[in-house]
Amino acid sequence: MSESMHEQRRSSSQDATTEVEPSESTRAEELRDELDDLLDEIDEVLETNAEEFVRSYVQKGGE
Amino acid sequence: MAIVKVCGLETEYGIVVRGVDSNPVTASSLLINSYLADLSSVGFDVESERPGADARGRELSWEPDPDVDSLLVNAMLTNGARYYVDHAHPEMSIPEVADAREAVVWDAAGDAIVRRSMELANRVLPDGAEVVIHRNNSDGKGNSYGCHENYLVDRAVPFGLVVRGITPHFVTRQIFTGAGKVGSERPGRTTEEVGYQITQRADFFEEPVGLETTVKRPIVNTRDEPHCDPERYRRLHVIVGDANMSEMATFLKVATTAIVLAMIEDGAMPANIELADPVADIRRISHDPSLRATVEMADGRRMRAIDVQWELLAAATTWAQRHGFDAVAGEEVGALALREWEQVLTGLDTDPERVADVVDWVAKRRLIEAYAARHDLRPGSARLRAIDMQYHDLRPQRCLAARAGLRRITTDDEVRAAMTDPPGSTRAYFRGRCLSKFGDAVVAANWDSMVFDVGSGPLRRVPMNEPLRGTESMVGNVIDSSSSAGELLRRIAG
Repeated sequence: MSESMHEQRRSSSQDATTEVEPSESTRAEELRDELDDLLDEIDEVLETNAEEFVRSYVQKGGE
Repeated sequence: MAIVKVCGLETEYGIVVRGVDSNPVTASSLLINSYLADLSSVGFDVESERPGADARGRELSWEPDPDVDSLLVNAMLTNGARYYVDHAHPEMSIPEVADAREAVVWDAAGDAIVRRSMELANRVLPDGAEVVIHRNNSDGKGNSYGCHENYLVDRAVPFGLVVRGITPHFVTRQIFTGAGKVGSERPGRTTEEVGYQITQRADFFEEPVGLETTVKRPIVNTRDEPHCDPERYRRLHVIVGDANMSEMATFLKVATTAIVLAMIEDGAMPANIELADPVADIRRISHDPSLRATVEMADGRRMRAIDVQWELLAAATTWAQRHGFDAVAGEEVGALALREWEQVLTGLDTDPERVADVVDWVAKRRLIEAYAARHDLRPGSARLRAIDMQYHDLRPQRCLAARAGLRRITTDDEVRAAMTDPPGSTRAYFRGRCLSKFGDAVVAANWDSMVFDVGSGPLRRVPMNEPLRGTESMVGNVIDSSSSAGELLRRIAG
């Protein structure tokens, strides 16, 4: 079991719909801060010919 | 008293080969055969690198011969999983496990095996060609393939009760299990109407209950093939889910479903939670990422999907206080499931961005919306669809889910071990250990039996009708201390 699992906030009230607890909002801010870097990275790893990549992805049904 | 929810996952992966003509059956066979050939040539040390070896000199070659190849590719692995070609897809059925966290570990190991297979297959393809695997459920063009779940259910519970109880969960759990999709594959629905939806799969469901899996897909699948004692058990075969990239989403999908099934067995379901029109509702909910859409209940009330989930969670909390967590393999996993279930609902009910590290459709939408804003892209444009696809791309250098900040609940070490070792908690332990220690003597390995050739006398069949027998605590010592399959069989028979 990873440590991060235990770092999450504990909300004891089930209808705590308006509570935003500190660790949670901090995490959300971190995620937003990381977003710009992530978009740069997407520019790097996204298939250069996206149109062709999407068009040629054809699967047979399964199951 | 609810029985232990032994469970499993079956993932069909999307497959294409780029740079060379191929068909998906041949490509799937190549992928899996590459992995199996590597196991037999170097043992089970999957981490070993052999930079000097020229794989093209080996027996395995790129010869499109689908009829022959695909029939042969159906392997039970030493971790207790089954790795095979199903229709036109590679498929991994993880070993049966006793709880949701183990399901996540062996599911991640399945992905790791597929990634390794890609790497190995690419060595035998011509330069410039590569096999590409996606862990998704649709090609965006109306073709879908599944990520199925299986749960052990008490045969004594009437199937009608199971259907009635589980349907509201299957229709509404998508708010945290959905993997997200750009556009709609529902005939007549345009990208203008459905720019982004919660699930990959909701467009493909047409019946509330039924036996089909490839046409007229039902929300509750009635396949009755328990792979264990049919007098005592059912295996509920679930086809309604998405393949998740988020480990916590997979955990929640399996854990909440196991809990709801245990509640059904214990008669602990909330009253009046049936939906008036589940088939229309599953799409209505999927097509509304605002989460504000309401569905009509059988008693005439209107509820949001999340309201249905809050009711299920409240009932689950009461159920757990009364019955404990034995049916979901104990306090640790059960309590974690309830806590995470509550947290994900709280997040979705306040600001979904808060659970972008858990919920795939939220994480993916975040990438798509931010990228569209930066590059001024129209909804449904090719680059946004490419982001959708690459979210599920198993190539490490292309996978966007791996870059999306998803919380992990496994460690690299346990996933690596689960590529070769079975879970200790079910009969998969017996299957996997016999394959790794006495593989030469194993003639056939199935979910519910194994057949051995011990060198003399007739073939010996070992039935495995009880999923919770053959565990590490029951047979670990005797397997460890047996020097041959013959000795093992003599000792377990005695």
